Amino acid sequence: MSGMQVQEKKTVTLGSLWRDKKSRGVIMQIIAVIGILLFLGNIVSNTVENLDRLGVKVGFDFLTSPANYDINQTLIEYDSSDSHFRAGLVGLLNTLLVAGCGIIVATFLGFTAGVLRLSNNFVLSRLMQVYVEITRNVPVLLQILLWHGIIIHSLPVPKRAEAIMDMFFATNRGVYLPQPIPQDGFGWVWIALLVAIVFAVLFKRHANKVQEQTGKLIPAIWIGAAAIVGLPVITFLLAGAPIEMSYPVLKGFNFKGGFVIKPEFMALWFALSLYTGAFIAEIVRAGIQSVSHGQTEAAHALGIRPNFTMRLVVIPQALRVIIPPLISQYLNLTKNSSLAIAIGYMDLVATIGGISLNQTGRALESMAIVLGVYLFISLFISALMNIYYKRIALVSR
Amino acid sequence: MKKLLPIAVSLAALTAMNVSASTLEEVQERGVLKCGVSTGLAGFAAPNDSGQWEGLDVDLCRAVAAAVLGDSEKVEYVPLTSKVRFEVLKSGEIDVLSRVTTWTFTRDASLGLNFAGVNYYDGQGFMVPKALGVTSAKGLDGASICIQTGTTTELNAAEYFKLNGMTYEPVPVETSAEGRSNYLAGRCDVYTTDASALAAQRSVFEDPTAHIVLPEIISKEPLGPVVRHGDDQWLDIVKWSHNAMLNAEELNINSKNLDERAANDKDPAAQGLLGSNDAKLGAMLGLDKKWAYNIIKQVGNYSESFERNVGKSTALKLERGLNALWTNGGIQYAPPLK
Repeated sequence: MSGMQVQEKKTVTLGSLWRDKKSRGVIMQIIAVIGILLFLGNIVSNTVENLDRLGVKVGFDFLTSPANYDINQTLIEYDSSDSHFRAGLVGLLNTLLVAGCGIIVATFLGFTAGVLRLSNNFVLSRLMQVYVEITRNVPVLLQILLWHGIIIHSLPVPKRAEAIMDMFFATNRGVYLPQPIPQDGFGWVWIALLVAIVFAVLFKRHANKVQEQTGKLIPAIWIGAAAIVGLPVITFLLAGAPIEMSYPVLKGFNFKGGFVIKPEFMALWFALSLYTGAFIAEIVRAGIQSVSHGQTEAAHALGIRPNFTMRLVVIPQALRVIIPPLISQYLNLTKNSSLAIAIGYMDLVATIGGISLNQTGRALESMAIVLGVYLFISLFISALMNIYYKRIALVSR
Repeated sequence: MKKLLPIAVSLAALTAMNVSASTLEEVQERGVLKCGVSTGLAGFAAPNDSGQWEGLDVDLCRAVAAAVLGDSEKVEYVPLTSKVRFEVLKSGEIDVLSRVTTWTFTRDASLGLNFAGVNYYDGQGFMVPKALGVTSAKGLDGASICIQTGTTTELNAAEYFKLNGMTYEPVPVETSAEGRSNYLAGRCDVYTTDASALAAQRSVFEDPTAHIVLPEIISKEPLGPVVRHGDDQWLDIVKWSHNAMLNAEELNINSKNLDERAANDKDPAAQGLLGSNDAKLGAMLGLDKKWAYNIIKQVGNYSESFERNVGKSTALKLERGLNALWTNGGIQYAPPLK
């Protein structure tokens, strides 16, 4: 024992540490970390020094001063005397709106196109192939500009717009729709909807339990759907249809009243959905093809109907392949929405990272906010999708 | 993200580079002046058919190059969008920004920049198609308005409409080309920006006569060259390059008559400007005697520059108006060469 200790003490020198594979690894990592920290420290101190010499103060106090500019699409109350912070919030909501709508449509498009590409119908599968190959091989910025160009050049100006069914107008300043405005008593409809949703969820759980215990199948999804649609409708009628419609009417330069979808939003939404949809289609196709045909045959051999084979055997396995790349596509779509600036859609980049940046000159701070918010949105989407992925992942028993 | 790239690049430069102390030494060592200009605005800064940059703002770059390097052609033009211009200047990628930039309190006091004078007094106006039948900006309630983003323009518009109790739909556009496309397609009823830029835009329309600029001017837009804060010698050079052109006009010295004036003129102001006496004005700026002579010889006086680029004989057809010398009823006024 004592002999070994003496030997160990002798061998711990710098040279021996370096020769030892494990300790060498640790030393190298420490050196790398110190190097990176020094590099970052140098960047920060240089920036501070340079800005200081120019007499520029760094800080976020500008966020509370009035923005003084107007925004054409606002989901919350906004006025030019509101702060830069609120202007940024309006931009953020516009980003989330186009990203959310884009993700929904892209997913729908992608799953449809992906499944149809595998269909035995020659025309349909070729058509989907053409869609996928064209849209995913053209830069998305060009597609956004193309859609914007198509909308503003092909649709008529408001004065020459003709009504569709007396209440819709498609113009190059947006598509105008009648807008339902809830009156007193409409709150009951929301409550009914909430009750119906809670009922549907609980009923589905109950149905699952019944099936596990007895093997009996209850069409819980249909009953749930009927409740979610039916209950609010019945409540609406019982409450005396408390709703008033606001129709778009041409007044002066533009239509007043109703609900408008701006061409900038439409162009961005279409382009992002079509572009990302093409990628999702390929992911879905890959996912379905990854499930070996033996699985289908085995299911059939067990007497499971084709419909159930798809729902209970193929899709759950395909989803495990589909979800991880699907997350990346959702993130891509969200980040690509920052191309909005090319057509003047007022998103986060155009407000805080654009006009506010320019009015206040706070480039470092504004960019830091924009980067931070995108990072947060991406991590949030990623986390949500990972939770879902864990739920459907293969459980080893 | 394409519009963010230049910002990112200049931010990277801001984080890494130590801007050297003297811009003058740096420019002379490099042998070329880096001048930030518009991405293409007829009359102010736009490449002509043979690819040469031309315009009132370009002439200011050329004047500074003539004063500092003795050759007005030794300029590297860096086209910048309104959004990235200040960052690019601050990071030291350009030496002077001459890009229809409005001199405002906030920009002067908080951005680490200095304005070196006013080479064009402008104001914001509205352009509408004649067919619209609007004759006053007060009749624009409810209109859709194309506004170039990242400028003082959107603040003026917001303020004007608010004060007059009118509503409007702002349609933000990033470049002049995008603005033209939106306006001509009828995406917006009105195009608003500085009146000079409206004239420039209209001059490239297929039928300029079908559009009118409304009489209301809703803001003060003193446009001028900008330099970085902290290099006073360079600020003086840019300021006096512009003032030399104004003083030359006032003294009636132009690119045609200056050799004769340099030889024969008895006026000490003219002699000092042209470096033909012992006044040593150039040396006070750290330049040689012929600094102003070179400007006037190669670029011309202010009047020559104005008429060549934006005046009556050009497509823009702008009046001197506010930009006439103070002796002719305008407000262009250069301090004396004493």
